Amino acid sequence: MRPEQVRLDGGRLCYSRDVSAVSTVTSVRNSETLRHAALVRVTHWITVISFFALLITGGEIVISHPRFYWGETGNVNMRPLFTIPIPSSRDTVPTGYGYVMPDQNGWSRYLHFQSAWVLVLTGVVYVLVSLWNGHLRKNLLPAKGERSWRAVWGVIARYLRRAPADAAEARSYNVVQRIAYLSVIFVLFPLVIWTGLALSPAFNSAVPAAVNVLGGRQSARTLHFFASGLLVLFLVVHVAMVALAGFWSRVRAMITGRVVARQEHTVISEKSTVVR
Amino acid sequence: MGKISRRKLITGGLAATAGVSGLAVATGLAKRYVLVPPDCRGIYGAGETLTYAAQRLMTRHSLAREFPRSMISEKPFANETSPPNDAFKRHQASGFLDWKLSVDGMVVHPTSFSLADLRSLPVRSQITEVVCEEGWSYVAEWIGTPLSEVLNAVGVLPQARYIVYFSIDRDWWESIDMADALHPQTFLTMGMNNGDLPVSFGGPLRMRVPRQLGYKSVKYITRLTATDNLKGFGKGLGSASPEAGYAWYAGI
Repeated sequence: MRPEQVRLDGGRLCYSRDVSAVSTVTSVRNSETLRHAALVRVTHWITVISFFALLITGGEIVISHPRFYWGETGNVNMRPLFTIPIPSSRDTVPTGYGYVMPDQNGWSRYLHFQSAWVLVLTGVVYVLVSLWNGHLRKNLLPAKGERSWRAVWGVIARYLRRAPADAAEARSYNVVQRIAYLSVIFVLFPLVIWTGLALSPAFNSAVPAAVNVLGGRQSARTLHFFASGLLVLFLVVHVAMVALAGFWSRVRAMITGRVVARQEHTVISEKSTVVR
Repeated sequence: MGKISRRKLITGGLAATAGVSGLAVATGLAKRYVLVPPDCRGIYGAGETLTYAAQRLMTRHSLAREFPRSMISEKPFANETSPPNDAFKRHQASGFLDWKLSVDGMVVHPTSFSLADLRSLPVRSQITEVVCEEGWSYVAEWIGTPLSEVLNAVGVLPQARYIVYFSIDRDWWESIDMADALHPQTFLTMGMNNGDLPVSFGGPLRMRVPRQLGYKSVKYITRLTATDNLKGFGKGLGSASPEAGYAWYAGI
């Protein structure tokens, strides 16, 4: 493990490699500790930017046909599974509004796919490096003692009580966070990428099973929409939790990597690892 | 930040070298195998080039999904087209007997085909899905002459890299690379679901490119040109679509 870097109030730097050295900082009131490694910070913000670009452009594309179907085919002559009650950017879609929005599909499609490339390549780098440097094992897989409903419930109960976080959470994620992040990284993002690729006629010619196992092209489109919706749900909860934990301190931590840890003595003497 | 260790320096240097040489190899391959789309400039050029190159490498010979007859859509949607111009109305009035497809450019024998000439070439059918960039779709049977048969008949020159095709509607023209032009499912379509191709669906002659979105399947085709360079057509972006803000390559 890398030596722990702790900045003292006076600006003096102290590197502590073992527990014996930690005792020298136990009396410090306000010190900073590394919470997010550079890889996590950089990939997080690239993902934020590309996700917003995908969300906005995806919304624009939906406006050109705000109807969803199930199965292989679907068009305005067929019965939809459901309709989003908004005006459309095409006068061929019966919306009941008598108003046609401006067509934004050209640049939206260009930006959607460019952002998708950025997001996918960033995700690949993140997952590969996380496997390589142990971030996945140490910070994302629930710790051995926490793989139980009791541990999960414990965190949720604490959230509900609005009780302060465990000291260890200054540097790593609790079990509920870990499950949420793992689900987003390994379930929702792969699902939204897969269902998106299944909308490409050229990709489907190379890998027909990608769309066939989803039940057809229109099912893939509907699932792509729902998977995006779940990602938005995660985003809302994520930002709400960040706000509850202290919005600016958490945003700052995701930018600089450092977080002010008031209970330094507890944090350091624990064996918890740095989130990197 | 910590000091840069020797190990970091070496791995960083190796990664940078690999990156630069990878980029050089990629550029070389892209030029050799025509993996750069004509609308590769501008802020979306990088993503567009990645998409086109990746899909072209994946799909050079792959076939669009074909469906059983039972899956033909009972209610296909023709989509709107611009109102027909006078030239089209005249053809329509005479039952399209004088409809001509002229083929020129980098070919040995520039030729003008009537619909009957096209029918005398091998005619095939496919049951494939029309996929609109807006999101809707339908499945139909398409009957026509594979574009490759027409290109063989006129003797397309080996240096041709693109086929540019024009609608009787002057604002509507597209182009495809030779991988799509010679693809067995790229049809000059004259029939649909066991009948003549209705005018609303592109009759009497529609290009069908089933591995790309519907806007590449141009209706009312009157002319094809084989070329090695798209610069001389319109604004040089490859087709009317990029001029209207849409991607030239529509495989996704």
